[in-house]
Amino acid sequence: MLKYTNEQIAAMIAIQNLHKSYQIGSNSLPVLKGIDFNVKEGEMVSIMGSSGSGKSTLLNIIGILDEADEGSYHLDNIEVKNLNEKIAAKYRNKFLGFIFQSFNLINYKTAVDNVSLPLYYQGVSRKEREERALFYLEKVGLADWSKHLPSELSGGQKQRVAIARALASDPKVLLADEPTGALDTKTSYGVMELLQQINDEGKTLIIVTHEPDIAAMTKRNVELKDGLIIGDTIINQVRPQLHV
Amino acid sequence: MNNFFNRDLWNEIISSLKSNKTRTLVTSFGVFWGIFIMVLLLSAAKGFETGIKHKFQGIATNSLFVWAQRTSMEYEGMSKNRSYFFDNQDAKSIKDKVKGLKIVSPQNNFTTLIQHNLKDGDYTVEGNAPEFLGQKSLKLTQGRFINQQDIDQKRKVAILGWGLIDELFEKGETVIGSYIRIKGVNFKVVGVYKDTSIDGQRNIRAQQNIHIPFNTFSQVFNFGEKVSYFFITADNNQSVTDLKEKIIGLLQKRHKINPKDKRAIGNFDLNEQFEKFNMLFVTLKAVSFFVGLMILLSGVIGISNIMLIVIKERTKEIGIRRALGATPYVVKKQILSESIFLTLLSGMAGVSFASFLLFLVNLKIDSLDPYDSMILNPIVPLPTILIIFIILIIFGLLAGMIPAQKAVKMKPINAIRTE
Repeated sequence: MLKYTNEQIAAMIAIQNLHKSYQIGSNSLPVLKGIDFNVKEGEMVSIMGSSGSGKSTLLNIIGILDEADEGSYHLDNIEVKNLNEKIAAKYRNKFLGFIFQSFNLINYKTAVDNVSLPLYYQGVSRKEREERALFYLEKVGLADWSKHLPSELSGGQKQRVAIARALASDPKVLLADEPTGALDTKTSYGVMELLQQINDEGKTLIIVTHEPDIAAMTKRNVELKDGLIIGDTIINQVRPQLHV
Repeated sequence: MNNFFNRDLWNEIISSLKSNKTRTLVTSFGVFWGIFIMVLLLSAAKGFETGIKHKFQGIATNSLFVWAQRTSMEYEGMSKNRSYFFDNQDAKSIKDKVKGLKIVSPQNNFTTLIQHNLKDGDYTVEGNAPEFLGQKSLKLTQGRFINQQDIDQKRKVAILGWGLIDELFEKGETVIGSYIRIKGVNFKVVGVYKDTSIDGQRNIRAQQNIHIPFNTFSQVFNFGEKVSYFFITADNNQSVTDLKEKIIGLLQKRHKINPKDKRAIGNFDLNEQFEKFNMLFVTLKAVSFFVGLMILLSGVIGISNIMLIVIKERTKEIGIRRALGATPYVVKKQILSESIFLTLLSGMAGVSFASFLLFLVNLKIDSLDPYDSMILNPIVPLPTILIIFIILIIFGLLAGMIPAQKAVKMKPINAIRTE
């Protein structure tokens, strides 16, 4: 028991007996039916499952964008429970970086302004914001595109900007919801290569996907079905170069 | 972050307003128009007031005129339809017994033949006290008015209306120091006046009167103690209307007039008339303010409405911002700021445009004779602008409140999911 608790403390994400159901009219639709799930620092986890398996819901709860009905969730040893929106926003800003399938860039802001947005909400000074945003844009290989609007970028470039934005506040965990879902294979592999590189530098990553080849590029594969984890395996990471 | 006048906040506001120029413009137009109409209405009301008041300029408006007429009721053995006169003692008695009066000046007048050298004509001669000058809007263009020595020594001096000069004098002839004959009696001309009241401007006869000392009038023309009119002006802080009953009561008692006899003492309360005007202006102002406010309100409802649509359009954006760490406070602040900024900007544009229009109108009015126009100098005073400013901020807050509340009520995940 004590060993288990220690393990829990060491985990970046510790989830126990998580339940979540959605109200549809008068019916309650259970989506998560008791998830136990730990992620240690530096892991790169893929969550797979068919649509309706609850993988996105799990990711949203991890991202404090949604709340569980039951069970406990610790993020870096801080219990995430009954947070008011102000503290939730602060945690999201400090601990989490989001990467979405549809990029979700703000379309009237330039790449560099999009990337510096999390820093703006942290109250970082203008100059420093710009410097840090440019640093991350360079990291994703888009330094020359910093003054461009999202509409002037390709899908892959947009996702790279989104990744730079997720990295900007130097979060503990990066959460990606189908990050390659809107991209072609070649661009997808480019994005995955970048994510691997970020993981190599020590960042914890959780990626929701339904594409097996994308899942194969992570280090651990969790499979969800009907709101329960049916498989959790450590895998040999595939480097995208092999495919190209 | 906490500073409302933070440059980053303004960048956010301006970039989000710029991101949809059409809706920003359409939204602003409602408030622009409301303020524009409000300012125009208010300044028209103000201009009308200035115009009318200008016509009263120089007249002691806090004044009451009384004159003796025939009685219409019997009283204490006196028959009805009796004619009587006021007398010099009345003036003293009114001044002594009614507190708060500034001037009680008597007047007698008649119309008679006036001669100067070979020219003559029938004109009105008034016997007046020196104080009369302050009660009527008479402006001396030459010489002086009646003074106390004239009264005490019963001097035969006269002040002529400028309209008489052309009638009685040759061109270029010296007026001051010359003599005119009133009913055959020689009077020395010591002054020339101009009547600047509305009546004087409209009526040449008002510029052709002759003023002589009251006591001289009484003695030379055999009026004895009789007084035809009293011009009574109250102190500035005392409405003459409030004293009217007391003054008339006193006169009724002195001349044995039935207190119920309304016709025996003719009177004209200028103050009352003026107060009515003032009430009219207050009402006019209130109505214009109200109408303007209502128009403005519809503009503000427009802003709120469009902000709501915009929030709906921007639900996803707000969701993304919240995923990136924007607190509800920050989101609300931005929406409220946008709405206040938009309201203020369009409101100030409305004020500016209305001011520009008024400037052009003023140019036109200034080129007209001030006595011909009913509207003078239509402007909106600065305090009104400040009030409008405050109203705009409040309305801006109101307009933003519902959309801002709506924006933060949604769960961020649902907001992000909306397309």
